[in-house]
Amino acid sequence: MSLSNYLNESTISLNLDAETSTEVIRHLGEKLFDAGFVKDSFIEAAITRESTFPTGLSLNGDINVAIPHTDVIHVQQSGMAMAILTKPVIFQNMEDPSEAVSVGIVFLMALDQPHAQIEMLQEIAEVLQDQTILQRLMKVKDIQDVIKAFVEIRK
Amino acid sequence: MVGKKRILVVCGTAIATAAVVAKAIEEVLDKRGISTTIRQCKSSEVLSLAQDADLIVTTTPVATDHGKPIIQTLAFITGIGKQAVIEELVRTLSS
Repeated sequence: MSLSNYLNESTISLNLDAETSTEVIRHLGEKLFDAGFVKDSFIEAAITRESTFPTGLSLNGDINVAIPHTDVIHVQQSGMAMAILTKPVIFQNMEDPSEAVSVGIVFLMALDQPHAQIEMLQEIAEVLQDQTILQRLMKVKDIQDVIKAFVEIRK
Repeated sequence: MVGKKRILVVCGTAIATAAVVAKAIEEVLDKRGISTTIRQCKSSEVLSLAQDADLIVTTTPVATDHGKPIIQTLAFITGIGKQAVIEELVRTLSS
């Protein structure tokens, strides 16, 4: 399984204009809910979890990423939603929750088993470590380009 | 240096970042000839599990001192400072 298998057109949000991390999580959570990946409790659980264990990641370049997620009991089936933001939104840093991270791309992950989905997680880590791919994602014009970018990582 | 090193890998929910870190650590230490038994847990479970570990590796802050060496790092997620952390892991487990 690769990232492109977890993502589909209905869970990708391009040019999302949001003010807060909560707004981003709510928007993406609704997409996951509508697509049947998560239960209705997921959104609030992910927002609460983000306030306790923030997921902002400060990366080696201009573009930072956040990877919100929550406990498996709120998930129906593993999947992922993704937003590319029109302007950076503040998430707190996973490593130091008192620090703010200005985030350009958000992956909201629905994980249905503990310790599973390792390929999906490793691939997200691979994307995070590659500013060229992140730059490319920031510039995509349509959703197919996003999926294409992820398919190409596997080659 | 006989036997497997027991490493407790910690993150907020024990489902996402800990899984990536656990897998990465297992692979890099194996390459360095250190065999490991890795357990993943939530940060709220550290207190009860720390005593059975030789080393704690965490992606999220763990406040309490459990009397075990602890390495907080996102290097296996973000790639930043990865080599330095690998050396620190090897050094800590070899001492």
